[in-house]
Amino acid sequence: MTKQHEREPIINIQNVEKHYGSVTALDGVSIKIEAGEFFSLLGPSGCGKTTLLRIISGFDNPSVGTVFIGGADMTDVPPNERPTNMVFQSYAIFPHLNVADNVGYGLKKQKLPKEEIDRRVDDALKLVDLEGYGPRESHALSGGQRQRVALARALIMKPKVLLLDEPLSALDKKLRETMQSELRKLQRTVGITFVLVTHDQEEALTMSDRIAVMFDGRIAQIDSPEGLYRRPISRRVASFIGVMNFIPATVIENTNKILSLNIKSLGQLDIKTSSALKKSEVITVGIRPEMLTILYNKSDTSEYSFNASIENASYYGDMTYYEVFIEDTDIKATVSMRNTAGRPVLEIGSKARVGWGKDSITIL
Amino acid sequence: MSKEIKSSKALPNIWQKPKFVPKMTPRSWTGIALISPPFAYSLLMLAAPLLLVFLLSMWTQNYLELDRTFTFANYKEAASEKLYQVLMIRSVVISGVVTIVTVLLAYPIAYYIAFFGGKRKSMWLLLITIPFWTSYLIRVFLWKVILGYNGVINGSLMGLGFIEEPLTFILYNANAVVITLAHAWAPFAILPIFVSLSRIDFSLLEAARDLGDGPLRRFFRVTLPLSMPGVVAASLIVFIPTVGDYVTPRLLGGTNGLMIANMIQIQFGKANNAPLGSALAVSAMIIVASASIAFVLLNRRFLKVKG
Ligand SMILES: Nc1ncnc2c1ncn2[C@@H]1O[C@H](COP(=O)(O)OP(=O)(O)O)[C@@H](O)[C@H]1O
Ligand SMILES: [Mg+2]
Repeated sequence: MTKQHEREPIINIQNVEKHYGSVTALDGVSIKIEAGEFFSLLGPSGCGKTTLLRIISGFDNPSVGTVFIGGADMTDVPPNERPTNMVFQSYAIFPHLNVADNVGYGLKKQKLPKEEIDRRVDDALKLVDLEGYGPRESHALSGGQRQRVALARALIMKPKVLLLDEPLSALDKKLRETMQSELRKLQRTVGITFVLVTHDQEEALTMSDRIAVMFDGRIAQIDSPEGLYRRPISRRVASFIGVMNFIPATVIENTNKILSLNIKSLGQLDIKTSSALKKSEVITVGIRPEMLTILYNKSDTSEYSFNASIENASYYGDMTYYEVFIEDTDIKATVSMRNTAGRPVLEIGSKARVGWGKDSITIL
Repeated sequence: MSKEIKSSKALPNIWQKPKFVPKMTPRSWTGIALISPPFAYSLLMLAAPLLLVFLLSMWTQNYLELDRTFTFANYKEAASEKLYQVLMIRSVVISGVVTIVTVLLAYPIAYYIAFFGGKRKSMWLLLITIPFWTSYLIRVFLWKVILGYNGVINGSLMGLGFIEEPLTFILYNANAVVITLAHAWAPFAILPIFVSLSRIDFSLLEAARDLGDGPLRRFFRVTLPLSMPGVVAASLIVFIPTVGDYVTPRLLGGTNGLMIANMIQIQFGKANNAPLGSALAVSAMIIVASASIAFVLLNRRFLKVKG
């Protein structure tokens, strides 16, 4: 279709399966990753992310299927001969070597002159902001520093693809957020493909060009962060990426690409669609909390609105999250409001009018 | 000097009463009560005999009497007499060879159990201790049966026609002592090496692989250095006691395989010169201790690593 698909992908995973005895860790996984992309594998713990990363790196072999890197079949290529390098979850810093020897580890084999190695080690340390740390003992490093050493050690090899297995999960929140933007910047600087494994949807959204969402060893959806958030293809994806309110609806009519829906207790509306839903089919529509607005004043207007009672309010400083019951139903919805001037935090138990627009609806 | 100290206020006054004085709580009394029996035991069984040997080594034996004047004459004799030198060097050499052979044989076994033992690790470790189920003396005699002129090895080799005469280099000499000791001490070498190998974080080995090392390079660059604490421990565990081994050279060593402990025994027994025997024992102890300390210092860069 587009140019992207004509280019040879740097990583081409074709129909990969991995079985451990009776456990199916991966099932029919196919992914194409473009050169220079920041690609994330996102999914809950145990969904097979690490297994897939280890298959790309060569530490595990697929039971079925093939992995191509740079167009070459990797089936019989051992990890030490693949154009990939890995940042391990535990960082795997060699405890018996100092920082410089850790970073230069992979170069020693290449029979380079010592000055050349020293220069490249210095460059790599500079790249990860650890200038002058070369002679330090590796066991005296902090978590963040260990991670930078692991990054430098992998990047010095000039791999085509850098694989990162939950690299930030061992860091505290503040440091994690700093490292997120630094990793992103680093990827732009070096320009190589990053494949990042994470269970943290926020991390995946903020860092990636594209994300593959995985559940139970299968790919659920591959899209850009915005695409995933705005157009999740299933309820499961929708609730894994951010918060989504689910409301049942019935199809009244679907003609000429106009879908008429009767959304339970919210009323009837028509939206443009290309879906093939049939008359009287029961479906779910999703709406994000930020697409719902509490109408503070009687004069505030909105395309649609419903009455609700406030069940709970969580105050986050800049935002307040309300859990509300849609009036006369047992349907719960989350509404997020920015705490701007003139928007007091509403009391639990009080009534409110909630406005929304039909463009914000996702059909699942 | 004192002026200098006065002028510098930053220096702590060491004569001041320490801020923290440990108080004896009921808990600490419990602690003392708990360590007293083993403490008394080791004082009685270890320190006292050792002290006695030290004292004895500086006295002189006059036929039936013990002359308690303080002298280093025994040490001079121990150091200058050719026979004692030969025995001492031989002991250290045999023990060193035993250590090398034992560790070299133990390493692959420990490696196999640690990395390929799977669920059967404890079974393998149990199997390794099987030789301990019989007395050491019996095992030594068994080696005699295996290595002897009409023994298992010579018998089968001659029976098969590979050799005409029995092999003589395997009994009543230093080789027999080395073979027997290496077998006897193998479990003591396997266990510490196994422990240090199993402690290695597997992702370190994968990282080495990831950075381009094949299996062999990876072994010498990561596995071996990280298992050195086990190798050092195994070497000391084998080396220290075998230098003073007495039974094995006595039964299998012939005349060319005798070691320093046999001479110490002779001095305490037939020669009736316990002071000289003590001096030989103390000298052996000093040599072994120095060798061990030197060995540890040579390997200290591997030992300070925290896994
Ligand atoms: N070596 C293995 N032996 C048996 N089962 C395994 C092995 N490695 C992974 N699994 C199983 O495969 C599934 C996926 O694991 P993993 O890839 O580690 O998940 P994730 O990284 O997404 O948390 C899990 O159910 C896990 O128990
Ligand atoms: Mg994982």
